[in-house]
Amino acid sequence: MAKKKETVTRTVIVALALCIVCSVVVSSAAVLLKPAQVTNRNLDMKTNILAAAGMLEPGTTPQEIEEQFQKFDVKLVDLDSGTYVDPSSLGLKDPMKYDQYKAASDPDMSESLSSSEDIAGIKRQADIAKVFVLKEDGKLKRVVLPIHGYGLWSTLYGFVSLEGDANTIEGLGFYQQAETPGLGGEVDNPKWKALWVGKQVYGPDLEEPQIQLVKGGVGPNAKDKEHKVDALSGATLTSRGVQHLVNFWMSERGFAPYLKKLREGEV
Amino acid sequence: MAEVTAKKVLFEPIFNNNPIALQILGICSALAVTSSLSVTMVMCISVIAVTAFSNLFVSVVRSQIPNSIRIIVQMTIIASLVIVVDQILRAYAYEISKQLSVFVGLIITNCIVMGRAEGFAMQNGPWLSFLDGIGNGLGYSVMLIVLAFVRELLGSGSLFGVTILPVVNDGGWYVPNGLLLLPPSAFFIIGLSIWGLRSWKSDQVEEPDYRLSRQTTKEAF
Repeated sequence: MAKKKETVTRTVIVALALCIVCSVVVSSAAVLLKPAQVTNRNLDMKTNILAAAGMLEPGTTPQEIEEQFQKFDVKLVDLDSGTYVDPSSLGLKDPMKYDQYKAASDPDMSESLSSSEDIAGIKRQADIAKVFVLKEDGKLKRVVLPIHGYGLWSTLYGFVSLEGDANTIEGLGFYQQAETPGLGGEVDNPKWKALWVGKQVYGPDLEEPQIQLVKGGVGPNAKDKEHKVDALSGATLTSRGVQHLVNFWMSERGFAPYLKKLREGEV
Repeated sequence: MAEVTAKKVLFEPIFNNNPIALQILGICSALAVTSSLSVTMVMCISVIAVTAFSNLFVSVVRSQIPNSIRIIVQMTIIASLVIVVDQILRAYAYEISKQLSVFVGLIITNCIVMGRAEGFAMQNGPWLSFLDGIGNGLGYSVMLIVLAFVRELLGSGSLFGVTILPVVNDGGWYVPNGLLLLPPSAFFIIGLSIWGLRSWKSDQVEEPDYRLSRQTTKEAF
């Protein structure tokens, strides 16, 4: 037997048989577990959105998350004009299925940014964004917008939630980042995130976003304190990245046209 | 290895022949996944499962594997198992699989798995090989858990995410050691634990590669 198993034919047969067995095992595992994985991924995103909106209590069950999330209208927004886009024009039935970050790498669905515009360091921006709107009695209560941009080591992905005036920040959170643990990684610290609550994105003219991350804390008498947030200590570059990415997404290039329409009740 | 008994195969690798401390294998993943205990536990279970089953399957087909392609055959079996484990984690432990990210996939390149398949499973029966896989997985796990315990406790002031030492950032008194959250700190802890282990079991101390011979010629002062 020891001699026979070294022939070429045998080697090929063993290799083929092994490949078939392994591929069947791997693909059946992938197919069988797919539904559970998709549920997890969606649940994870909904959790992040609720967390940014401050609607997530610790220990919330998946059913409660689904229930809470049902209150939101999922909308697709054309960033240039600030108007809603019908998902069927993209060939989608469910707006939830639209992936903004996938679209950003598709030349037909995105635009590349010049380096002067690209303060958030994202290189390409999708034409259409997915936003989450919560209305109560026909009036806007909150809107959750996706934001992302480069920090020190990584691109930070997150959501920012604005109150009904489409100006006051209600919450901000990043669900994916790889900044330095203990320094820039403190963007996840609930205490720091709480500093954002109640800040105003725009000045009285509602034109340019004014958010600043400043060193040394924001005192009660600081000038423009409604636009200023204490920067993270020991993480100058991450703080700068966060400031840029929030301002980028709130600018004319980002959600400003949409927010203007939202404020005036046009959409 | 004169005689191979089930008990020996299972427990030898934990302290006497620890894959990380004595064989110095699998260091890369030991650096990457040990900043929090719960993530480490999942990684350990995954590695135990992969080592045990890859050893089992390699051992079952060992008499059929042509010598010329044996490494590729082992790799294929290991890679398939790792993908299955990764898929299961994504389905049932999504949060943790997000934190482990690529490191589950990198179990494929973990030298322990490959080393045991080639070094043990190719010569021994399925049952013993399976136990050997579990044993080596346990040896790896013991080391990882020690690392994660030290790193999470001193680096973030918590164990399994439960606060033990309240840190300054949250209004406590403990100033966490940021170095311990970074991968290189695991090198120091691995080094210290190897020192500890070899002081306890001095037969693990390696012979020095060479000794300086006595000086024979007198040199000018």
